[in-house]
Amino acid sequence: MSRARSVLRELWPLAALIVLLIALWQLVYVTGFYNPAVFPSPAQVWDSLSSHVRDGTIQSAVTHSMARLVIGFVISVILGTLLGIAIVASSVVQRSVGRLMIGLQSLPSVAWLPLAYLLLGIGESAVMFVIIVGALPSVSLATAAALRQVPPLLNRAGQTLGARGWRLYRSVVFPAAIPNYVSGLQQGWAFAWRGLMTGEIITYGAALGLGQLLTTAQQRLDAPEVIAVMVVVVAIGMIVDLAVFGTLDRRIRARRGLLLPAVA
Amino acid sequence: MRRSAAGQLVVLPDIVVERPKLSLRGVGKVYRNARGEKVQAVQDVSLDVAPGEFVCLLGPSGCGKSTLLNMFAGLDRPTAGEVLIDGRPVRGPGPDRTVLFQEPALFPWMSVVRNVEFAMKLVGVHKSERRDRAMFWLGKVHLGRFADAQPHELSGGMRQRAALARALACDPEVLLADEPFAALDAQTREILQNEMQRVFQETGKTVVFVTHNVREAGFLADRVVLMSAPPGTVVVEKRITAPRPRSYDDPALSQVVHDIHEHLIKEVEKVVASEIGA
Repeated sequence: MSRARSVLRELWPLAALIVLLIALWQLVYVTGFYNPAVFPSPAQVWDSLSSHVRDGTIQSAVTHSMARLVIGFVISVILGTLLGIAIVASSVVQRSVGRLMIGLQSLPSVAWLPLAYLLLGIGESAVMFVIIVGALPSVSLATAAALRQVPPLLNRAGQTLGARGWRLYRSVVFPAAIPNYVSGLQQGWAFAWRGLMTGEIITYGAALGLGQLLTTAQQRLDAPEVIAVMVVVVAIGMIVDLAVFGTLDRRIRARRGLLLPAVA
Repeated sequence: MRRSAAGQLVVLPDIVVERPKLSLRGVGKVYRNARGEKVQAVQDVSLDVAPGEFVCLLGPSGCGKSTLLNMFAGLDRPTAGEVLIDGRPVRGPGPDRTVLFQEPALFPWMSVVRNVEFAMKLVGVHKSERRDRAMFWLGKVHLGRFADAQPHELSGGMRQRAALARALACDPEVLLADEPFAALDAQTREILQNEMQRVFQETGKTVVFVTHNVREAGFLADRVVLMSAPPGTVVVEKRITAPRPRSYDDPALSQVVHDIHEHLIKEVEKVVASEIGA
């Protein structure tokens, strides 16, 4: 009961906002200011969404997209974490790879696509490539920042207790960096998600994901479907952020006493 | 110089320690500040600490007393002279010289008892023994009931007691303390000073304790080493022979504290004078 209540308390502002936006949307639709052929009503979008859920199109697209995203994200987390550690461990790496990553972070994922097509062909591998390189700078820089923000005092305490070298990293530095690292992963996840959409929207020849659904719906001039798929994309983004990263982040911070008391 | 029943003022180098546990030999430290200027933090400090002795380093802020402590801990290196433990140069931090910092420095992702167990794990205490020994040390500092709490759930004084238990659990030969009670309120500080004294009596560790609190130094120390205004060097040493357990009400002790205080004030006045450019 109390769990349901706390979920309700957490989610009502968002639910209220969604209701408000749908109401506004309906209002604009009713005024007839936009051509109904390109500006569908909430009800039309709902119909499109529910019919695509019934015939399984959405589920299949979500499955394909999430599979790509998870594989790409995991690879970029592994590579990015190693790079981040190297950036902190060596000032030469910091001044070379670290600076390059800062530069690459400002490069939108879509800018990688032409190169990906040339190198890997127009297909699955190119999409995966864009997800990985899209998230890599953010994950590596966040890892480096998380490690640098470890309080020097904890480092010194570990050393005076006899931890040194790899053991100091494993037992003190890495655990101390976890809260900021998780926040960094959350950001990396957002970059990976955007990279995925970019890749899928433009790439044919790969299994049908949410991005491809958007493209084909646009080509069929099916505005309700375009918006329905966008709703799914945003919803997944929010659910993963809240349920996975939000929960993880809250647990870690609560355990360490880093949560600010909620302002009632 | 004034003499009292509880202590006597001794000017260097009258205190001679046979087979010192810790030694500073002509130690100096120069560092560069943010503007790149060379600053002499510590100058020509020589000091021997006997095994089982409780030495308080006392001095105005900026006199380099924490720098000296960090050198003993192996966290800082001198730019001149030598730092020795058992006659051999200190080469880096190690669990034979654990440190009690001003902040408790507990690992926030571990429960209190895990923090203590972690220290023992690092010195190679077998897993089967760790829990019992951790509970023993937590009991010593009256934290047995809070073994499974997370550090953030404890008060400042309790956290510092947990840090003391952790520092002692790996059975160091030397305990180094860098103003560990300075951030606590007066009552909690007094309680912890009493616990510190009791633990010292029970364990017989060699202790070097940095403080700017004269009363604390007088209460805890076998010997108070007073340092000068920067660049820090030893001005005067004072042996305190009052029997333990000591009490703050001991009139002999207050006489010693009064004497040290007069010396300290002179050094603090020098610092203030240089700060206001007089």
